[in-house]
Amino acid sequence: MYNFDVERPATIAQAVKALSTEEAQPMSGGQTLIPTLKARLAMPSVLVSLSGIDEMKGVRKNDDGLLCIGGGTTHTTVATEAAAHYPGLAELAARIGDPAVRNRGTLGGSIANNDPSACYPAAVLGSGATVVTNSREIAADDYFLGMFETALHEGELVTEVKFPIPQASHYEKHLQPASRFPLVAVFVAKFEEGVRVAVTGASESGVFRWTEAEEALSGSFKSDTLKDLTLDGSGMISDLHGSGAYRAHLATVMTRRAVDAISD
Amino acid sequence: MTQVKMTVNGKPASGDVEGRTLLVQFLREDLGLTGTHVGCDTSQCGACVVHVNGQAVKACTMLAIEAEGAEVATIEGQAAADGTLNTIQQAFQDHHGLQCGFCTPGMVMSAAALLKDNPKPTVAEVRHYLDGNICRCTGYHNIVKAIMAASGQDVAAIAAE
Repeated sequence: MYNFDVERPATIAQAVKALSTEEAQPMSGGQTLIPTLKARLAMPSVLVSLSGIDEMKGVRKNDDGLLCIGGGTTHTTVATEAAAHYPGLAELAARIGDPAVRNRGTLGGSIANNDPSACYPAAVLGSGATVVTNSREIAADDYFLGMFETALHEGELVTEVKFPIPQASHYEKHLQPASRFPLVAVFVAKFEEGVRVAVTGASESGVFRWTEAEEALSGSFKSDTLKDLTLDGSGMISDLHGSGAYRAHLATVMTRRAVDAISD
Repeated sequence: MTQVKMTVNGKPASGDVEGRTLLVQFLREDLGLTGTHVGCDTSQCGACVVHVNGQAVKACTMLAIEAEGAEVATIEGQAAADGTLNTIQQAFQDHHGLQCGFCTPGMVMSAAALLKDNPKPTVAEVRHYLDGNICRCTGYHNIVKAIMAASGQDVAAIAAE
């Protein structure tokens, strides 16, 4: 690692101020960023640690019935505290990485990084959640822009995510056991007004909605409705773990399993 | 350099660290607590698991500065002052839960974190919890047995997977 200075702000306002200096970078749980720094793939001169900002932590239901989770909330906390409100989301959080990683990694860190194989982007997009930053609110459909790309500006922080709570949901993950990331995973959320299906780990453009499946499932919520639907393998990630065509196929299988898990 | 202060195994500890100093470096190199191991240095293997404010973390993927004011527990604090092993350590010995021993500090600390929240885990829960702790010697079976025994459960019937 190159050396850097560390700032530990106690409030969002202090963090935003610390991030206004050039070459300052925010760090939430650091479970991706610290390995990145070790590999010298990033070299900030100032690292602004967000882990001491209490106002960015916690799980609560607001007056509109939305589940509001602070950007600095760890996966472990979401797994426990969201379970009674939004079990599909809590179960997703409970299976990210491993227990020690879940004790440090955060929701905000995950979606700010937007790894194309991360779990949380699937839940945020699949729920049609709203990403709250220190300066505005961004709909999930406008937030994820591509592999490691989001609508966030330099120095903008994910302070909270507001999740509408579906009638039922399920996250089906095909694990890549070495990285503990999904090879492909699908989040299916069934709302009164329709079904949302978000796929992670597959596309070179990062998480995406499978709209054909959404339309079919909104008509009839059965895995059989999907049997003739396919996804195109072009534009899918192709590497030593699987070709683009394999991932495209896997996404359809994971979607059907998720639907079955909800229907059973 | 920045001064950090924390409590390690119940005793106050402090030192001057760089921004990039990892918690595991501070424990091993500044405090001389070399029981916490660095296996992969990429947060895969779990040999560096310690507790920070009661929660298991990978000390190779946390900055020392972020442990300012925290209560840190390492493998050195597990046995009694006279060297008597704690229940988990004794179970690892009794059930041959280690061979080379490199992963053992992390295994014991992970097991302690598990049993704190879930005093009577099932075999499946133990295996799931150890997802982030890699052992290249034992095949895990005796580690699982040791943790089940430490939780006071009968281990005679646990079949190898």
